[in-house]
Amino acid sequence: MNDFIAARSQMAISLGFHIVYSCIGMVMPVFMAISHYKWIKTGNPVYKNITQAWSKGVAIFFATGAVSGTILSFELGLLWPKFMEHAGPIFGMPFSLEGVAFFIEAIALGFFLYGWNRFNNWFHWCTGIIVGISGIASGILVVSANSWMNSPSGFDYVNGQYLNIDPVKAMFNGSWFSESLHMTIAAFAATGFAVAGIHALMIARKKNIQFHTKAFKIAVVFGAAAAIIQPFSGYLSARNAARRQPAKLAAMEAYFHTRQYAPLVLGGVADTANKKVKYGIEIPGLLSFLVNDNFKNPVNGLDKIPVKDQPPITITHLAFDLMITIGSAIMLIGLLYFVALWKKRSWLSKKWFLNLFILSTPLGFIAVEAGWTVTEVGRQPWIIQGVMRTSEAVTPMPGIHYSFYLFTVIYFTLSIAVIFLLSRQIKMVPQLYDKVN
Amino acid sequence: MLYIVIAFLFLAIVLYFLLGGADFGAGIIELFTSDRNKDRTRKTMYHAIGPIWEANHMWLIITVVILFVGFPDIYSNMCTYLHIPLLIMLLGITARGTAFAFRNYDAIKDDKTQGFYNRIFVYSSFVTPLFLGIIAGSAISGQINLQATSFMDAYIYSWLNWFSVTVGLFTVALSGYLAAVYLIGETEDDNERQRFVRKARIMNILVVIFGGLVFIAAEIENIRLAHWIFGNAISLTAVISAAISLLVLWLFIYYGKKKIIRVFAAFQVTMILLSVGYTHFPNLIMVKGGQNLSLLANHAPAKTIEDLGLGLLIGSVLILPSLFYLFYSFQKKNELV
Repeated sequence: MNDFIAARSQMAISLGFHIVYSCIGMVMPVFMAISHYKWIKTGNPVYKNITQAWSKGVAIFFATGAVSGTILSFELGLLWPKFMEHAGPIFGMPFSLEGVAFFIEAIALGFFLYGWNRFNNWFHWCTGIIVGISGIASGILVVSANSWMNSPSGFDYVNGQYLNIDPVKAMFNGSWFSESLHMTIAAFAATGFAVAGIHALMIARKKNIQFHTKAFKIAVVFGAAAAIIQPFSGYLSARNAARRQPAKLAAMEAYFHTRQYAPLVLGGVADTANKKVKYGIEIPGLLSFLVNDNFKNPVNGLDKIPVKDQPPITITHLAFDLMITIGSAIMLIGLLYFVALWKKRSWLSKKWFLNLFILSTPLGFIAVEAGWTVTEVGRQPWIIQGVMRTSEAVTPMPGIHYSFYLFTVIYFTLSIAVIFLLSRQIKMVPQLYDKVN
Repeated sequence: MLYIVIAFLFLAIVLYFLLGGADFGAGIIELFTSDRNKDRTRKTMYHAIGPIWEANHMWLIITVVILFVGFPDIYSNMCTYLHIPLLIMLLGITARGTAFAFRNYDAIKDDKTQGFYNRIFVYSSFVTPLFLGIIAGSAISGQINLQATSFMDAYIYSWLNWFSVTVGLFTVALSGYLAAVYLIGETEDDNERQRFVRKARIMNILVVIFGGLVFIAAEIENIRLAHWIFGNAISLTAVISAAISLLVLWLFIYYGKKKIIRVFAAFQVTMILLSVGYTHFPNLIMVKGGQNLSLLANHAPAKTIEDLGLGLLIGSVLILPSLFYLFYSFQKKNELV
């Protein structure tokens, strides 16, 4: 494994895990605040129990997310010093604000976790809400920084020099809105389905039914609503990619030849040697329509892009299809939930219905990982789209593969530890959080 | 605005030493507590740092962010030439942060897993400040060689030298000392307080011993440390006032004052940082045979510094009062409980 591939793999592993910790860390506080609110309003102790049980999960994920975030803030420099040397002053603005948001989150979490029976209920509730708001703000800011790499702005690149730097303009680059929106909704969908799935499993096992049913409901409402609106933000993201990163869009679609009435291909395997998609279903004109608002105008294909500037097509296309497939599946399941809620309440306790949610526990996160792969692999070979190549940014230090192995071990160990702790938390619900039921 | 950014950088570094350092110190104290008293110490410690420890470590994030946004040259050179100690420090931070959270949030508190978390926690509490110190020492040692051609010269000897390692040990002792002094005021139990006083005394002796070793190591490596510290009025005053306040601190301990002594301990550490920081200012990283990396010369373009400074000012308006209230309310409520 050469150092460049090792550095990219280490970054991928780090972000791949961090994205899960941070999605949960930013969405769970919102669920927690809802159930906390219900407890204060109704006085029903079950809601207090749920809030306390969830807050332990939040604490575990926050601690893990905080350390993996610390690792990342150093890894940017450890692995990509040349990138940070030039990009730091330009896209650093959202990072410094994120530092502030993260700090506030840590302070508020201290208040929230240790504040039971110490503060006025509403003050205590507010600290929980602040945890949620600053968590989501952190997420949006970090994704804005990433979106700058996709659509760099706020500087002039003249003869290899970065001039006229404007960090605020860089922060509000062309992709910041569509990308942060897509990621935030994805975080809600993925976390909502994951949390709902775990509670559905406990309901199916007939454990603390009242507790788990109420918890399931809060999580699933967010998850389902997010899954239903996500395609619209996906549409914005794809159009944005078409405008700013045609190579990425073409790779997502494995769209080789520029033509009129560009088709949208469902499924299929990219055959890069023969420049075509095998086994896919073509819907003529749909890609043209999505990009240009009419069915006829051509969409630029990979043939317009020099081979040395093309991203890896097979991976990008496969990841994109995976994301779309899962996204559609959980959207349908989400719709089904609302149908059940309004028209068919009897479904809610049916075995098949619960099983559906149990099976979808990991789906949202698989889609998040796939989407992340699309955006990162689809940007290659650039680290700053059109300005700096990833290979130019990598550290001169040799032996990076050792650090890649090391971090792989660390992240797997951490994740196993987190799963172990969560399973122990869930196992102890009857003793610790929900004694009466 | 550049000076505001630099002021925040130093503020973040000092606070990370004072607060994060004391957190590491708590782990070091636990490492050197006899098994008989471990449970009790752990409880007091948890009581003291539980609500605030996540916030304490945010100062490191702030430091890093200021460096990579405002001083990207310095950050990228540090990351390149001190890659290995930074990596080990990160391992330490990861192991420590997760072990601390996990041991408190593991729903089942059986001896086997708790013992496992404890071991990770205490060892990483030792390793992390050791490497933080090594990094700090390397930054000022002048052993970083930007023209190095061999792997050993570029990536190993930049930090593996007597000076950096003794600064690392000195940092460990200093962390332990801070924690012991802070903890004296956290307990109402007289026996336990006596234990912390003993720990503080041992740590204080270690601080002096390792401080002496740092000077010896500096001689070996041809680093003009004595000149840096005794060669200008401000650094000299800082060191002398630290020494005087040390005497006052032990006098106060003798008379049973528990809270005020914290201020003195924090003052001493701040003075040590000030004396070293002042003598090198504006340089942050000394390099071998080349231009030192300076905060005044190697900063980001003016517009970036402007926005960063503004962001930090706004951020501090939000952070500092709430942080203060966090410390205050748990301190006050702990006294009531």
